[in-house]
Amino acid sequence: MSFITRGFSGRSHDRDPRLPPGQTEVSDWPVLSAGPTPRVDTEEWEFSIRTENGAHTWTWDQFMALKIDDVSTDIHCVTHWSKLGTSWRGVSIDTLFEGIETSHDFVMAHSYGGYTTNVPLDELLNGQAWIAFEFDGEPLEAEHGGPARLIVPHLYFWKSAKWVRGLVTMPNDDPGFWEQSGYHIHGDPWKEERYW
Amino acid sequence: MSHLDGNALAGVLSEVFTFDPTLARARCANCYSVDVLARAMVYVDGSAFVVRCASCDAVLATVMDGDGRRWVSLKGVSAIEIPR
Repeated sequence: MSFITRGFSGRSHDRDPRLPPGQTEVSDWPVLSAGPTPRVDTEEWEFSIRTENGAHTWTWDQFMALKIDDVSTDIHCVTHWSKLGTSWRGVSIDTLFEGIETSHDFVMAHSYGGYTTNVPLDELLNGQAWIAFEFDGEPLEAEHGGPARLIVPHLYFWKSAKWVRGLVTMPNDDPGFWEQSGYHIHGDPWKEERYW
Repeated sequence: MSHLDGNALAGVLSEVFTFDPTLARARCANCYSVDVLARAMVYVDGSAFVVRCASCDAVLATVMDGDGRRWVSLKGVSAIEIPR
C-alpha cells in the first residue's frame, strides 16, 4: 500500500502551489472579449476617478509622469487557465488615490467599449491593483486591453478590466457587466468564487 | 395590488421558450431598432456568448455556461416578438 500512498502524495506535490484550485497553467495568453476591440489612441486616452466629491482626470502624458511600478504576478481566468509569473508596468491605484477622499467602500471600473466590473475599494489599495500599460516590456496590445487596463491579480481576471477609462466609487457593491449575468460578485480564485 | 409568485410564470414561459429564438424579432433597448436575433453579432467570450445589436453594438443578451449551469440575460432587449 505504501507505494500507492506515495504516488498520490507525489502527484499533489507536482502541482504548482501558485495554482488555485481548478486552474491549469497555460504558456500562451488566450484572448477573451465580450465585443469589438476598442482602438484608443493615447492622444485621446483619459483616465478618471470619480467620487461623491468630484472627479480627477489624467491625460496619457500626465499619467506617464506618475510613479510607475514593476509588477510580477500570476493571473487566473475564471475559464480555468492561469498564467504564472507575468510582468507588468503600471501605476498603482494607491498612487492614483493619493489626495482623494471618499466615504464609499466600492468601485465600478468602466472601460472604453462599455464594459464594467465592480471591486471593493479596499481590494484595489495597499499594493493590490494597478492601471497597467506594459506587458513583458512591451506596450500593452489592444487585444489584451491596451493602451491601459486595470489589473487586480488576486481576483479572477474578468475583474481586470481591459481598456479601462475610469473608476467610479459607489456606496454599495453594485454588480458590473458579468456579475449581473452569472459571474460571482467578488471572484476570489482561491475560494473558487466563479459564479452566483 | 396583490401579486403572484414566480411559479405563476411556469405555464406561460414553457410556451414562450419553445420556438427557434434566432427567428424571434427583438427590439434593442438602446437604439430601438427591431431585427431577428439571427442577424445580431455574437462574440464568444470563453464559455459565454455575448449578443450585440447589429445597428448600434449595444449588448442585447448574454448566455454563459459554467459548472453545469447556464445563465441567460436579456438585459438589452426591450421586447421579443415570438413566432406563433
